[in-house]
Amino acid sequence: MSLLEITGLDVSIHGTPVLRGVSMAVGPGEILGVIGESGSGKSMTALSVLRLLPEGAEMRGRIRLGGVDLTAQSEEAMCDLRGRTVGMIFQEPMTALNPLQCIGDQVAETVRIHHAAGRAEAMATAAATLERVGLTNDRFPLSRYPHELSGGQRQRVVIAMAIALRPKVLIADEPTTALDVTTQAQILHLLKRLVAEDGMGLMMITHDLAVVTGMADRLAIMKDGEVVETGGTAEVMQNLRHPYTRALFEASGHQPDRMAGDSGIPLLEVRNLTRRYPAGRRGMLGARRGFTAVSDVSFTLHHGESLGLVGESGCGKSTLSRAILGLEAVQGGRVWIDGGEVQAGEAMPASLRAKMQVVFQDPYGSFNPRHRVSRLVAEPFHLVRPVPTAREQRVAVARALEDVGLQGTDAHRYIHEFSGGQRQRIAIARALIIRPRLIILDEAVSALDVSIRAKILDLLADLSARYALSYLFISHDLSVVRAICDRVMVMKAGEIVEQGRADDVFENPQHEYTRALIAASPVLESAA
Amino acid sequence: MLRYALSRLISLGASLLVASGVVFFALEIVPGDPASYMLGMNASPETVAALRAELGLDTGALARYLGWVGGMLTGDFGISYTYRVPVAEMIVDRMQVSLPLAFYALFLSTAIAFPVGIWAASRRGSLADSGVMGVTQLGVAVPNFWFAMLLVLVFAINLRWFSAGGFPGWDKGFWGGMKALTLPAVALALPQASILARVMRSALLDTLGEDFIRTARAKGLTRGQALRRHALRNALIPVLTIIGLQFSFLLAGAIIIENVFFLPGLGRLVFQAISQRDLIVVESVLMLLVFAVVAVTFAVDLAYAAVDPRLRRRG
Repeated sequence: MSLLEITGLDVSIHGTPVLRGVSMAVGPGEILGVIGESGSGKSMTALSVLRLLPEGAEMRGRIRLGGVDLTAQSEEAMCDLRGRTVGMIFQEPMTALNPLQCIGDQVAETVRIHHAAGRAEAMATAAATLERVGLTNDRFPLSRYPHELSGGQRQRVVIAMAIALRPKVLIADEPTTALDVTTQAQILHLLKRLVAEDGMGLMMITHDLAVVTGMADRLAIMKDGEVVETGGTAEVMQNLRHPYTRALFEASGHQPDRMAGDSGIPLLEVRNLTRRYPAGRRGMLGARRGFTAVSDVSFTLHHGESLGLVGESGCGKSTLSRAILGLEAVQGGRVWIDGGEVQAGEAMPASLRAKMQVVFQDPYGSFNPRHRVSRLVAEPFHLVRPVPTAREQRVAVARALEDVGLQGTDAHRYIHEFSGGQRQRIAIARALIIRPRLIILDEAVSALDVSIRAKILDLLADLSARYALSYLFISHDLSVVRAICDRVMVMKAGEIVEQGRADDVFENPQHEYTRALIAASPVLESAA
Repeated sequence: MLRYALSRLISLGASLLVASGVVFFALEIVPGDPASYMLGMNASPETVAALRAELGLDTGALARYLGWVGGMLTGDFGISYTYRVPVAEMIVDRMQVSLPLAFYALFLSTAIAFPVGIWAASRRGSLADSGVMGVTQLGVAVPNFWFAMLLVLVFAINLRWFSAGGFPGWDKGFWGGMKALTLPAVALALPQASILARVMRSALLDTLGEDFIRTARAKGLTRGQALRRHALRNALIPVLTIIGLQFSFLLAGAIIIENVFFLPGLGRLVFQAISQRDLIVVESVLMLLVFAVVAVTFAVDLAYAAVDPRLRRRG
């Protein structure tokens, strides 16, 4: 007998259908993995269960929870159910907590809203629950505020809020997507433990097959608002019966074809690069405190090579890339690129800067939404002397767009008219247009769905062969780095702790931190 | 928190010092000699020179500046050129009208704006919301002196509930004074309340879209509970900023309203002093207003820290 049973759920928002005939079930103590790409309707399914759909949403079908039909409940009854019988965890731990309330109050609120418990009693429950999720009261007193906690710790607080009353069903919507791999592993472990201890049903929503196959009993694969396949995890992964499941599986382990391009001729040499932030003076009266984001980093990148840079958030990856690009003032060291050198304290000349371009994680945020694509893509021309004529620029823009798989006529459109994957292609076109030697890809595929990510990786491999491009590929996702990079560097707390050939580093990691990273990364068992 | 307050205090002192320099030397370069103005067109140069010496205007600007600042620090604001009475006394007199008026108007404005803003935000998109937005739009657009005259017409001339102007003084009783300040306070508060209600509404709507409101709803809070317990305090920061700016405006910017209602407030004092070249009064009142604005800013800074724990550790 299932605990939560969704049958024939249809949801439309302002008349546009977003879910069609969705059915799935979770039993007590069972973990159901709901997998799909963005827009597949996984979050809408979760919000339907809580009846927290956005305005203008219409819902038909049945959602039974322990024999009660949730679709027929009044809003008052739903408020009583939420937090007591069904708990929910969200993707963004950084913003999921009220910044002005201490964590004790926020966890205790779940208790106080449902029971007429006094403050002291509720706080005692909050303390016990926080202990359960691994935030011990001696290190994390109830009076802590969210901004004093890391992302993983905040996610534990969110989990504590959801499980404080031991609900029957827990819904976790991409609970680890915003976290580092090691933190992700800890949170997944915690969720598994809580399910086992409380006998909860867990509906685990994710886009990442590897995250969920290791822990889910059953899977539901969603696409375009429909469930395309459900079944036991082992069975689904064995048979890969539905073509979409197979495509998803293949895309997440996608290995682009690339010719080994490493020529052995140095293109970029970074020597003893150091970036210290003098900031941190605490107020006008406080003492200055420094912070070293990049500490004495040296490495060489060859012509035609793809070099990976991995590490957790805050390790200095992005600061290093910005320092190489001349966007950060460095306190020591030098950067040599293709014949020209920049010492610490010098500004990077445009002629050298033109040899490097960059693609960032968030393609939309890195474009001015009021400019047409033609102008956006032509931006790097300000580095080139003499500046090409308008006609030459037009031709180059059309060419660059075609190079990345778009059409020359797309130059007249605006950035909001494109999908996420297309925007990332435009960002690559912009990087490509002045024919740089090196492109720095800073988490460039991290925000993309697996199928789109696979296509972008193919495109990058193709471009590097065609234009003898080198890549510095920055990512927290080890599997992607392994798929595309010749060599890899592991960065921790501003230092490169290990570097070597990608296969060697991944097969035979030397540094303890590399081993921890690899162990924490979820692996997709190849079953077929 | 203490360190935060202390560092805010230091910047407060620095602002005052800079402001005193700007006020003093700006008035130095403004044309118009107080002595010749006081003596009239036909005064002989000798009489003017004698009066200048008597007023201390013949010494250098820097010496007079230092003397002025030093005097203010010890509570001596100098003697009015025109009225020959201590400036401090004049200011204290006028403050008894201006300060209560500003507080009264601020109280009315907040007392109206908070419930209206919250009400509109919690019924977003409804008829009530559109109605509030329309009325407050009108409130922002209507000049307060025009509204003041309307009030006088209706409540003083037709209904005879209030007198049309003047101030009886606090020694005639508290309620009499409050009654005289009511129409001016309402006239001042209307545009302020309209602005504040709109800010409150939009700040609340922004906050209601935040992730932590969704988290609160998932805990089982109703919409209203989520708004009261989580959104309201988070929306307070922009609202506090506006309240701070409004108080400064109410204190210094009530000149026109004071004129409409014949109130002996600071605004009228400075207005008269300017037309009579009573520079010492102008300077002192300006400094007082600067001080009030800076002090309010300081109070708002402290209020920020009280609301937001993230600010307590910084600063």
